[in-house]
Amino acid sequence: MTDEVQTENGEVRTIYDPIADTPTSYLREPEGAHPSLDFEGYKSTALRHPKQPLIYLPQMVTEITGPQLGPVVVGESDHDLTIQHDGEPIGERITVSGRVFDTEGKPLRGTLVEVWQANSAGRYKHRWDRWPAPLDPNFSGAGRCITDNEGRYQFTTIRPGPYPWGNHYNAWRPAHIHFSLMGRAFTQRLVTQMYFPGDQFFPYDPIFNSVRDPKARERMISTFSIHDTVPNWAQAFNFDIYLRGPGATRFEEAH
Amino acid sequence: MIFETTPSQTVGPYFAIGLPFDVGPLAVPEGTPGAIRITGTIYDGAGVPIPDFLLETWQADPEGRFADMYGYGEVSELPGFRGFARYGLEDGDGTFDILTVKPGLVPGLGDTVQAPHIDVSVFARGMLHRSVTRIYFADETEANATDPVLARVPVDRRGTLLATPTDDGYRFDIRFQGADETVFFDV
Repeated sequence: MTDEVQTENGEVRTIYDPIADTPTSYLREPEGAHPSLDFEGYKSTALRHPKQPLIYLPQMVTEITGPQLGPVVVGESDHDLTIQHDGEPIGERITVSGRVFDTEGKPLRGTLVEVWQANSAGRYKHRWDRWPAPLDPNFSGAGRCITDNEGRYQFTTIRPGPYPWGNHYNAWRPAHIHFSLMGRAFTQRLVTQMYFPGDQFFPYDPIFNSVRDPKARERMISTFSIHDTVPNWAQAFNFDIYLRGPGATRFEEAH
Repeated sequence: MIFETTPSQTVGPYFAIGLPFDVGPLAVPEGTPGAIRITGTIYDGAGVPIPDFLLETWQADPEGRFADMYGYGEVSELPGFRGFARYGLEDGDGTFDILTVKPGLVPGLGDTVQAPHIDVSVFARGMLHRSVTRIYFADETEANATDPVLARVPVDRRGTLLATPTDDGYRFDIRFQGADETVFFDV
């Protein structure tokens, strides 16, 4: 079941009715949709992946349900990472926005989107980030929001810097923003990273390249939008996110 | 399927600036009658505790009912029951500690019934995708014996999914590799 709504510019959009469309199962993803848990180029995977084969878990009620965390965790200014302190953070002010869909192209409304990132110098406000770039007293680097009826989210932040890490000689992470998506069900849970177009470190980064299919890698790269860029204020980057879509059967049939 | 999914990437070492929240480790409010603590240690392939993990759990209440965001399954009537816990620290020591209630029996496919269980996701630096496992309870011998998921697990590995009773709840350790490697699932 779906609703149709008219948007501000007169366009009619179809809204996903979550009750009718909540699936009884989610499509199993093809090999290579996600990185291998054991990826040679990223050294820390060596001791942190299961060696035994995974066992097939049929999706049942525990897997096709999920919590509503939004009201629990989202504060009023959590979507704007530039207004969380007395002063403004240093760096290029940007907006990061997009929509959360399932693989059928249906928007997920009311789902929690969480982000965290380094500051414009590439430093995280975290006890164990010790590389010699300055912390910014006006930037914590964490944000949260809930998608609207069309699956939209939007953050205002500053563009994070790249930073070195210890994986190999002269290793640098491409600039990125971490994203956490709850989806509507345990099965849809996703943690990923959003990159910026044309990053100079793409060819050298094993985390980015752990996704072997170049087209799949592109799905992690935001696009710059002059259309959404706010004059005299902020550059705009768009990043749509696709979570697993429904399998063939409906919830009622599982009883 | 019209679109392809966005690929997973590691949660990295610094998720603690964004993901933990005050009541994250509480799947039920403190003081809930019958509340239990589930604690454990997560070990890497060298047997060393992983300090920078993020653990999430999702489960039914003692009646087998959920606090689903859209009211799926039977809807929990337990006051304050969230059924979800998130545990991760900026300065972790490899152990977790969540407060919850023991879940009840939950319907399976067809006429089957699932033993009490908790779905678990583990994220960490060095993990390019989450690892999924399930907590079962060692003192639920009868229900475990007919559980349709445990039935898929080789007998000699089922023990890795059983939480053992403690004074105030249960203990459940997770081992990524080695002789007692925890069973992980393809969900």
